[in-house]
Amino acid sequence: MIEIKNLTKRFGGLTAINNISFHVAHGEILGFLGPNGAGKTTTIRILTGFFPPTSGSAKVDGLDVFDDSLEVRKRLGYLPENVPLYNDMRVSSYLGFAASLKGVPKERGEKEVDRVINTCGLQPVRDRFIGKISKGFRQRVGIAQAIIGDPDVLILDEPTVGLDPKQIIEIRELIRSFSGQKTVILSSHILPEVSMTCGRVVIINEGRIVAEDTPENLTGKDSSRVMLEIEGPDKEIVEKLRTLHGVTNVSVDAYPGGGSSRYTVEMEKGKDVRGLLAQSVVESGWRLLEMRSSKPSLEDVFIRLVTEEVE
Amino acid sequence: MAVVRRELYVYFSSPIAYVVLTIFLLLCGYFFYSAFAYFSIVSMQTMRMPYAAGINVNEMVLEPLFSNMSVIMLLVMPLLTMRLFAEEKRSGTLELILSYPVREIELLLGKFAACLLVFCLMLALTGLYPLLILIYAKPDIGPIITAYLGLFLLGSAFIALGIMVSSTTENQIIAAAISFGALLMFWLIGWGQSFAGSGLGKILVHLSLLEHFDRFTKGLIDTRDIVYYISFSLFFLFLTLRSLESKRWRG
Ligand SMILES: Nc1ncnc2c1ncn2[C@@H]1O[C@H](COP(=O)(O)OP(=O)(O)OP(=O)(O)O)[C@@H](O)[C@H]1O
Ligand SMILES: [Mg+2]
Repeated sequence: MIEIKNLTKRFGGLTAINNISFHVAHGEILGFLGPNGAGKTTTIRILTGFFPPTSGSAKVDGLDVFDDSLEVRKRLGYLPENVPLYNDMRVSSYLGFAASLKGVPKERGEKEVDRVINTCGLQPVRDRFIGKISKGFRQRVGIAQAIIGDPDVLILDEPTVGLDPKQIIEIRELIRSFSGQKTVILSSHILPEVSMTCGRVVIINEGRIVAEDTPENLTGKDSSRVMLEIEGPDKEIVEKLRTLHGVTNVSVDAYPGGGSSRYTVEMEKGKDVRGLLAQSVVESGWRLLEMRSSKPSLEDVFIRLVTEEVE
Repeated sequence: MAVVRRELYVYFSSPIAYVVLTIFLLLCGYFFYSAFAYFSIVSMQTMRMPYAAGINVNEMVLEPLFSNMSVIMLLVMPLLTMRLFAEEKRSGTLELILSYPVREIELLLGKFAACLLVFCLMLALTGLYPLLILIYAKPDIGPIITAYLGLFLLGSAFIALGIMVSSTTENQIIAAAISFGALLMFWLIGWGQSFAGSGLGKILVHLSLLEHFDRFTKGLIDTRDIVYYISFSLFFLFLTLRSLESKRWRG
């Protein structure tokens, strides 16, 4: 459905995105992840025809976003970063305005506005001014205008930024409900959000794609870890554990009090050193209070990928 | 069209249209009143002295009124056009709207038409003053009609230039200031005639917004004047379109 090939965009001397390629299948929700300034918005703006790429191409439904801009825009619903909306209009009349600009026939316009108001849970604010509603509702109005006219493709640039946890979950549910019907690109730097809503993740950093996979595979690929809580002298413990075969790194995470410390032990891939760890702790006369293996979160993967790139 | 409706809504839901309308009407009213008061004194005197005939309400009241109106328009029109694109660029709503399947030209013409409608309302309200004269005196109707045609054409030219400036900046104040400066320059450019050579001088006079307007107040319709205003407007609308489209160019 969306096909991005060797896309590059330069602003003067600055290369915002550098030769990126990926695709999104019909009905898929793709997470587009990256730290600030990675080039997410730049990529999205090329897709929506806001500016052309320096080189490379982007296609939606087989149509080039630059050459067939108007046709592509008929298929797109877009929620820009920071949700730019007309603060001086009421929610329902704004949505009516969006509907008519998107070519929804007049006689269906009102129905369409009612539909998106219901889908996005906007009934309580439908007659209020957009400038006067809460951020959560504002974000929903943003999504509502994107889905008005029922476009096949949705492009959402950080749709949950600045919302409270409850709102985040609700918006996430809303986005997830599009799965299978619409092709969605969801840009974010909030990882749990992406791992919970998206079938696949593209991670971009400094204009380049650093990873592309399902959230499960991304976290599974990483070396696994063990969390330990041990009572004893922490310097010695760290030194001792480091010498064990198969351990790559040991760090102290926290001091929960009562003379014990929490450690994270990273292991080589495919090795299970838990038995070895327990044995050596007990043999040294320290007290093992807790041990559990933990899979790295997407956050860890993300941070690792992003910092690796910098090094 | 949705864009026209929205722009009209914005004009009248914010104070800007009311403020501009009021200022315009008050200033015109003041000029009208002073010219008319002077006229009645003079005509009273002429009644006592029948031999000093030949005073004319068109020349004494209406012509100055219309040229004063054009100067006031110079001052207030930038206030009507400054917001049109600058504000949408600043708030980012232009990006969203351009992601909709609308052509830039539809957006541009929508905004132009909305502004033109507000301006027509403004002109229509000033029609009160010539109507008052009709009650007390017998002016020629012809020059009044041509003057309004001239004001309308002049207004469209002002709007076209104002929109163009508004599309190049994100700051409304800057948009207003630059449009005012540019309009003033086009207004006075004919003065350059005195020091420019005769060839260049002719061109300068021809470019002047003021020069073409004078004839309308005297009841003269010259196709060249009409063509001038229309091409002036089209030229600036075309530039706006280019400036809107420019970011879509490959580069
Ligand atoms: N119009 C522009 N002119 C010049 N530089 C730009 C422009 N837009 C973006 N950039 C630069 O391009 C780089 C990528 O920016 P972009 O907005 O795409 O990042 P992002 O991934 O969306 O970041 P964020 O998470 O902060 O939104 C940044 O270094 C930014 O400064
Ligand atoms: Mg961004």
